[in-house]
Amino acid sequence: MADDLTRLTAHELVAAYARGEVTPSEVTRAYLERIDRLDGRLGAYLTVSREAALAEARAADARYRAGAPRGPLDGVPVALKDNLCTRGVRTTCASRILEGFVPPYDATVVERLRAAGAVLLGKTNLDEFAMGSSTEHSAFQPTRNPWDLARVPGGSSGGSAAAVAGGLAAAALGSDTGGSVRQPAAFCGVVGLKPTYGRVSRYGLVAFASSLDQIGPLTRDVRDCALVLGVIAGPDRRDATAVDAPVPDYLAELEAGVEGLRLGVPREYFAAGIDPEVERAVRAAVDVLAKLGAAVEEVSLPTTAYGIAVYYILAPAEASSNLARYDGVKYGLRVAGADVVEMASRTRAAGFGAEVKRRIMLGTYALSAGYYEAYYGRAQKVRTLVRRDFERAFAAVDLLVAPTTPNVAFRLGEKEDPLAMYLNDVFTVPTSLAGLPAISVPCGVSAAGLPIGLQLIGRPFDEARLLRAAWAYEQATPWRARRPELA
Amino acid sequence: MSARAAPAVEVVIGLEVHAQLLTRSKMFCGCATTFGAPPNTLTCPVCQGQPGVLPVINRRAVELAVRTALALGCRINPTCRFARKHYFYPDMPKNYQISQYEEPLAEDGWLEIDVGDTTRRVGVQRLHLEEDVGKLVHEGRFETATASLVDFNRAGVPLMETVTRPELRSPEEAAAWLRAFRTLLLYLGVCDGNMEEGSLRCDANVSVRRPGQGLGTKVEIKNLNSFRNLRLALEYEVARQTRALEAGEPIVQETRLWEAEGGYTRPMRSKEYAHDYRYFPEPDLPPLRLAPAWIEEIRRGLPELPRARRRRFVEAYGLPAYDAEVLTQTRALADYFEAAVRAFPRPKVVANWIMSELLREVPGDDEAAIAATPVTPERLAGLLRLVEAGTISGKIAKDVFVRMLRTGEDAETIVQREGLTQVADTAALERVIDEVLARNPRPVEDYRRGKRAAAQALVGLVMRATGGRANPALVNRLLEEKLSRL
Repeated sequence: MADDLTRLTAHELVAAYARGEVTPSEVTRAYLERIDRLDGRLGAYLTVSREAALAEARAADARYRAGAPRGPLDGVPVALKDNLCTRGVRTTCASRILEGFVPPYDATVVERLRAAGAVLLGKTNLDEFAMGSSTEHSAFQPTRNPWDLARVPGGSSGGSAAAVAGGLAAAALGSDTGGSVRQPAAFCGVVGLKPTYGRVSRYGLVAFASSLDQIGPLTRDVRDCALVLGVIAGPDRRDATAVDAPVPDYLAELEAGVEGLRLGVPREYFAAGIDPEVERAVRAAVDVLAKLGAAVEEVSLPTTAYGIAVYYILAPAEASSNLARYDGVKYGLRVAGADVVEMASRTRAAGFGAEVKRRIMLGTYALSAGYYEAYYGRAQKVRTLVRRDFERAFAAVDLLVAPTTPNVAFRLGEKEDPLAMYLNDVFTVPTSLAGLPAISVPCGVSAAGLPIGLQLIGRPFDEARLLRAAWAYEQATPWRARRPELA
Repeated sequence: MSARAAPAVEVVIGLEVHAQLLTRSKMFCGCATTFGAPPNTLTCPVCQGQPGVLPVINRRAVELAVRTALALGCRINPTCRFARKHYFYPDMPKNYQISQYEEPLAEDGWLEIDVGDTTRRVGVQRLHLEEDVGKLVHEGRFETATASLVDFNRAGVPLMETVTRPELRSPEEAAAWLRAFRTLLLYLGVCDGNMEEGSLRCDANVSVRRPGQGLGTKVEIKNLNSFRNLRLALEYEVARQTRALEAGEPIVQETRLWEAEGGYTRPMRSKEYAHDYRYFPEPDLPPLRLAPAWIEEIRRGLPELPRARRRRFVEAYGLPAYDAEVLTQTRALADYFEAAVRAFPRPKVVANWIMSELLREVPGDDEAAIAATPVTPERLAGLLRLVEAGTISGKIAKDVFVRMLRTGEDAETIVQREGLTQVADTAALERVIDEVLARNPRPVEDYRRGKRAAAQALVGLVMRATGGRANPALVNRLLEEKLSRL
């Protein structure tokens, strides 16, 4: 029975609460029990806020009894990636350097989830500072894929994806810089959305690459994704890059279908190197959408091949700057030294993992006098070309349809070469560089039983149409009903 | 010692001035900017550089910078950008400073200064906004400190950096420029100009060359917190560089610190500054676009600027140039003068009183003190009217002025209570004169023998007998009549 409760989606839970069939406390206890039982193997959580979650659930019980739920997520147990600041709850970014860090404030998205009534279960694992594609680069533990514990859940929001897929949270938030929501969603068989840059406030998201970072939902189905996005999206006076545009009602148009929509299939996303199983599943998904009434045509995004190169200059450059503040002076780890310079350098040597150090060095180099134009300056120019590619494509079509990743979940330890790991983001990085919204929905299963993700990419701030197409596809296919057997 | 000792050398100086803007809140967060609060009480996650925080631009700071840029005749860039400037130092919460680099708020302006009898226009290269850093408090002396504490109250306070072109030709010119710039800031109400508290800070770039040669290697001098220190440090540095030039020794491009107590500059340790700031556009702040209509609105709100006011004081009030300069040194003082002239329309008399009496008691560059003085312009005018009417003498008036400052009362009240009215009663004065003449036969005798100067001694004696209250002109006339009749 308890496991059945943890199979429900957020919208199903809210409906069941409203009908009085089950209470937020019962559901929260079921999740906590499942975390106790299974997370030792999965490693999705870094911190579980048991008492706070139960208290929040009891408050939600009372609101439902009074017939006055607080908001659209009242009583829904949600997990947060551990790079989202939570007042009074430690926020580590899966890094030794922030091991003991307890933020004095809530991120804007956390405030908005609380205001909507969500029960916050805890903080999920990630690649240190969100730098990685497998969640193996956490300083504390790897997270495993609920479909096959020998495999990675993807990353960097691997903890959030594994928690939602494994029934350890009804929904979760992750952050996506170059694919960190979409790729783990694809690997774990859940829905993951990276909103348009500026759609969701970044205030309280520990910065990795400021011009790319966006917070997005990881959910069991597309309707939940629309629900959570509606709660967290919108302008914020604390984030100058959060766009001052009204938030549409994402649920209102969800069932409008794809009839008449023009879909573009980018040729370059089916290039050599893609796993044939992934290609077959994605092409089949395109056929489903065509049968549902969408017009499909092939388009070209010629700069696709340069995305990774551009990304691995710009993102580390920004990261090298954003991570400068971790010096042992104000918070987190401090390793003593003879003077402040030595203290900062020892603290950083001990506190950052190898991948983080690699990116700080790459970024510092790219911004150095004499190299700035050749690296950062040139990468910015190519970024503009990438954006123009998409603009040209969107002059002809409404949405782009592509694989989320070139392959399914790989084994832990399989990609030790950093470059091999980076290449995993080849289909997600260009959209990040262009600041566009993109969603990953399950679209099949490999012979080994591993999920495959379909990526839909939209125009800026066109999340409503993205969700509409994703919902239509999801309803027409059986993938959403699949759950991994963990028990 | 100074540059004058070596006329074969040309001096090239440029200044970089940081002014704390008079905003209520910080550059990128809502914390207050009050000076002197207990450590770290004026901080929040944003100005502490907590993980995950983001900056938001203070509109008022932009407005004050635009106002200054307009007063300097700068071109305001329709779009400007913030940039990150990186170096590790524990007083800087993020280990980068949000500043402006390639696209500053404004460029290409000028400010006039007087050099001898001529006026020179000194170019302003750029003006931009940035945030201030915090403060380290060392236990004991810096060199031997075993612990340091950091206070972030000042971190994030809005700073406006103004950079001149390298067009200043002597330490005196540099000091004159800084003085003129400070006056401008006070007129504009954008900075309190307090150099001791660090609201106005100056760094200087200086080089020397032989006439006709290319620019010499420049040296940056930091820590110049007064006009005097600016001049002394530059004089020291010019002399040092001149000696090196003449000895054929190389001048190293470096940053030097002015040690005010010892009166010398020394190279900063490499840990105290960075060689490569790795600037790049601040991704947390979109480019700042300034609406032309807003800039025009700010332009319309500009006050009359110091030099224009100075010219007007000469032309409209007939004041000597020196008086006009003294009286326009701050907006508060110039306002005081004009208000007093409105109430007592004899500008030169008012100017003399302000310069000799008011400024003896109140510093002319202390806007707050001038605004707060109990001798308001109207009260000063009241005092001057009593002198003009002959009710009190000019000498008594000076005493009354001091009492007005102390008590906060008006002149009329003090004069009445203290019985300071001049004795202008002819009969009463005649009685006093008769008595003086009777008691002092010696000077009377001298006068009779043709020693005219003896009359002055007698005037003095009459004045003393009346406690200084006698109308001196009347005493002169009456005494002359009596003596001639003898």
